[in-house]
Amino acid sequence: MVKLVEVNDVSFSYDKDSPTVFENISFSIDEGDVLCILGPNGTGKTTLIKTLNGLHKVNTGDVLLNGKDINKLSFNDIAKIVGYIPQGHVPSFPFSVFDVVLMGRSPYINLTASPRDEDKEIAINALKTLGIEDLKDKSYTNLSGGERQLVFLARVLAQEPDLLILDEPTNHLDFGNQIKLLEIIEQLSKLGLAVIMSSHYPDHAFLAATKVAIMKDKSFLDFGFPEEVLTEENLKKAYGIDVKLVELEENRKICVPQRTNLELVLSDYSKKYSKD
Amino acid sequence: MSENSSFSFDNLIIYLLLIALPVFLFFISFMLGRYPVAPIDVVKTILSPIFPSLAVSPEINSIVFTIRLPRIIAALLVGACLSLAGASFQGIFKNPLVSPDLLGVSAGAGFGAAIAILVNMGNALIQLSAFLFGIISVSITYIISKSYRAGGILLLVLSGTAVSAFFNALISGTKFMADPYDKLPQITYWLMGSLSSVNFNKLSMVIIPLLIGVSVIMILRWHLNVLSMGDEEAQSLGLDPGKLRFIVIVACTLVTSAAVSISGIIGWIGLVVPHMTRIIVGPDHKILLPVSLSIGASFLLLIDNISRTFISIEIPIGILTAVIGVPIFLYLLRRGYSEWN
Repeated sequence: MVKLVEVNDVSFSYDKDSPTVFENISFSIDEGDVLCILGPNGTGKTTLIKTLNGLHKVNTGDVLLNGKDINKLSFNDIAKIVGYIPQGHVPSFPFSVFDVVLMGRSPYINLTASPRDEDKEIAINALKTLGIEDLKDKSYTNLSGGERQLVFLARVLAQEPDLLILDEPTNHLDFGNQIKLLEIIEQLSKLGLAVIMSSHYPDHAFLAATKVAIMKDKSFLDFGFPEEVLTEENLKKAYGIDVKLVELEENRKICVPQRTNLELVLSDYSKKYSKD
Repeated sequence: MSENSSFSFDNLIIYLLLIALPVFLFFISFMLGRYPVAPIDVVKTILSPIFPSLAVSPEINSIVFTIRLPRIIAALLVGACLSLAGASFQGIFKNPLVSPDLLGVSAGAGFGAAIAILVNMGNALIQLSAFLFGIISVSITYIISKSYRAGGILLLVLSGTAVSAFFNALISGTKFMADPYDKLPQITYWLMGSLSSVNFNKLSMVIIPLLIGVSVIMILRWHLNVLSMGDEEAQSLGLDPGKLRFIVIVACTLVTSAAVSISGIIGWIGLVVPHMTRIIVGPDHKILLPVSLSIGASFLLLIDNISRTFISIEIPIGILTAVIGVPIFLYLLRRGYSEWN
């Protein structure tokens, strides 16, 4: 059977001469899968993610979407399969929330055309699905971080992709909104949407992922089911700290980082902050 | 559809700005000047080539067709073009403070006109030279920006600044060599911008590239929304950002070069009008671009009316647009600042 996403032994570097960002990575994803990519800062999670929607081109190996080589697909073809929410967004003009969500229809709207009524209906439905229809006429630039993330999620729903790629989607979200976002992702995946997201929180992988990859030193340290990959040993290898896994209740594990007894040289500051 | 609530009032304002404002100003403009022509006589005279019985008098015929009509059409066209190009550039460069001469079109066109005046060419060739050099300078900007590996918007803007500076230096060189009693005033006058020498020949020379440019921008305009979200997002929404930006730059350059070749350099319209329009109708390019076009046309016509009516000698329109445009701009900046912060 053809996989939705198949990545075969890929490597990437920004220039011919510069060192590779990652290499020897292979994995595949089916519909309904939620892949969570963990790993320390600067291991290339974002770069890897961007090779899956054509923002970067791999140097060796290949990326197949629905069995087709991504290099042979146009941006438009890719956009019909893959939806993407970047890690950061530099605010643009103060578009209304509705206009932003409507942009999700772009892959289906010819360059010489503009949105039809049916596109507008799809955009409204996406807003309804996420319960933010009342934000419709507000400027997206004036929203809170959590609301804005929901707007981008609505935009990507309007795009009707098979795969949703989220780059650290819970960044800048408060404690409660993080869990709500993960639940949204989980429910969408149950409808058949595949999700790939990068994260800094192993707990988030336990909560929403069906597969986990840990990226470390240019490659996958491990890839597989969350219970198998997220071990105390793997997490120590990845992050260089001791981690304790605690079973909170049945089928619900959490990660607790242990103190590292970090030693700083503070002599220069001790005078400034000394109390007497 | 569920958004019928926002239909009535907002759309009414939009249609008023789009259609009623320029039409109103069009007729008012015939009444201004040494020989006022009543609106009804304007309508009759304009229809008289088709229905000869409507002709009012040979004098009015001549005022309407040879003097006022070409000038009014030129003011409408130039204002519309500069504002449309400004709004498009602000969209594709994701920056509300950008004007259509960002990539060097005005400096190039100015040099084209100056050199043509210097070597004693006729009016038609001066216009053609301005038009072509406008296009040449933007092409140079584009090629330079592409020759760097990094690419991207910032390099394009920096190359534009460099190319503008280069052509401005060439303009100064041309002025330096020009005969101070004859050519120099002509060059200076051209650079200040004026519609006083406009006639139908001048308009017809560039009307085709102008209409092509305007149509291309109008057809693509919704996608400028997507492009203004940044290249990465635009690409993940299925657009080819480099290609779309190139098409818009080509169209805007045709439009701006055509406008500048008619009127000389008229600043501030392309910066102020889109900004003003965005505050009234919002940033959606689907609405913003046609309304900018319409307000720009009305705005320049209004200023040209002032320029030819208020004082007995005619003030170059480029000076007036700056004198009127700068305070408006500063006011808008103050009002709109919170939105960009």
